[in-house]
Amino acid sequence: MEALRRYGFLLLLATVGGLFGLHATDARTADASILRLATTTSTDHSGLLSYLLPVFEAETRYTVHVLAVGTGKALRMARDGDADAVLVHARAAEDRFIAAGYGIDRRDVMYNDFILVGPGTDPAGLRRLTSMVEAYRHIALGGHLFISRGDDSGTHKKESELWQAAGIEPRGAWYREAGQGMGRVLLIAGELDAYTMTDRGTWLALKEKLPLEVLLAGDPPLHNQYGIIAVNPDRHPHVNHAGAKALIEWLTSPSGQRLIGEYRINGERLFHPNPAPGE
Amino acid sequence: MNEIVTATERAIGLLISGDPGLWAIIGISFSVSLRAILIATPFALAVALLLTLGHFYGRRLLIAVFNASMAVPAVVVGLSIYLLLSRSGPFGDLKLLFTQSAMVIGQILLAFPLLVAMAHSALQAAERSAWETALTLGARPWRALFTLMYEVRFALIAAIIAGFARIIAEVGCSMMVGGNILNYTRNITTAIALETSKGEFAQGIALGLVLLALALTLNLLLNLMQGKGELA
Repeated sequence: MEALRRYGFLLLLATVGGLFGLHATDARTADASILRLATTTSTDHSGLLSYLLPVFEAETRYTVHVLAVGTGKALRMARDGDADAVLVHARAAEDRFIAAGYGIDRRDVMYNDFILVGPGTDPAGLRRLTSMVEAYRHIALGGHLFISRGDDSGTHKKESELWQAAGIEPRGAWYREAGQGMGRVLLIAGELDAYTMTDRGTWLALKEKLPLEVLLAGDPPLHNQYGIIAVNPDRHPHVNHAGAKALIEWLTSPSGQRLIGEYRINGERLFHPNPAPGE
Repeated sequence: MNEIVTATERAIGLLISGDPGLWAIIGISFSVSLRAILIATPFALAVALLLTLGHFYGRRLLIAVFNASMAVPAVVVGLSIYLLLSRSGPFGDLKLLFTQSAMVIGQILLAFPLLVAMAHSALQAAERSAWETALTLGARPWRALFTLMYEVRFALIAAIIAGFARIIAEVGCSMMVGGNILNYTRNITTAIALETSKGEFAQGIALGLVLLALALTLNLLLNLMQGKGELA
């Protein structure tokens, strides 16, 4: 009896540990119904996916696991076979991804635009400009604080293209690479009275909380196109290709496109469906 | 200042109203970390016993290794597991990346050195005398082993509590190998990181309060254990 009392608690511990160990083999039982979508922070943090996906999940049998990272990381996950589909916004990188045989069946899903935001006082005087490249030159020459995503995301890739077009290699105390998602970069820019470039979706979702203003928009190179790609099942036979196809079909179907167009925050539309009839 | 107050008020409101999204996240945190600590503990105890009672070449080096690996950052553990579990990695066929199991594995590895180191120093404190006395009195080795552990049971439980406290508050590894998937691998810490980046401070604060309350409870327990169960 004494012995039982003595190591009873250890015995109990070991038993419970063992039981949980068995249980830890996890809920990956219903594998074929789980679809992994690697995507950008802008589609997720703007609330679009948590608005769209429940409808998709209700209409099909799939459960979508959203992995919200930057475009670069999302494509990398897909390349490694750790995702079934990618929804991203960096056309050049997407084309390379497909050309290398990692993805198939790319479709345009929706678009909006990139905008330049900054403090209302606008020390660099960018409000009167219409060209983003010109604005970047002003920022660099004046040494005005600029927060870069610095994370190889779609937005960061676009930003790098524009610096290149401006013939400037951004470097110096005024240029700060945050290495974070768009939401956090906007918060940083707000705290530091700095300029930054953002996708319109994240901006609209966050602008109530920010002391920043839109200073430049509408320049053609600022078009922000989102595309969805299925991971090539020939390259990664284990992927849920049926699920990826179902999601692609649904997002580009008239009803999916209509829902995208209807998504609003404070009455403002975040994403325009693609192809947009009559627009 | 005003913002902190309103956000905190909303946070407490979320907790009290039993916001289902919030409590689901808390549930995931506890389920993952409890599983990790329960799996890690028996093995860590075995290793600690071996390190205390065994006489083998490299024993001191092993002790040093376990002590040193307590300082390994969670993100480094996360990165290693990510590379191992990725479909392009050596264990990709297990399909574990971005699952709760991956988080459990990461937290086991995080808790293990701490458990071993703390359990080892506890057992060492009991000295070999308890073990040797038990043997001399005619106890079988197994029985003597349990006598030894029973001697230092409070310190052992303290080790488990400290291990649990480390892994439930860990963010780097969970974020990396769990993927922060809603209703599946989004736990308290990764949710705080996400909500902050969305500027949703109230939910972040609410979850932070839960962690704070938990830390306080665990530390009280820890103190109780280190005081060998005496309340005063």
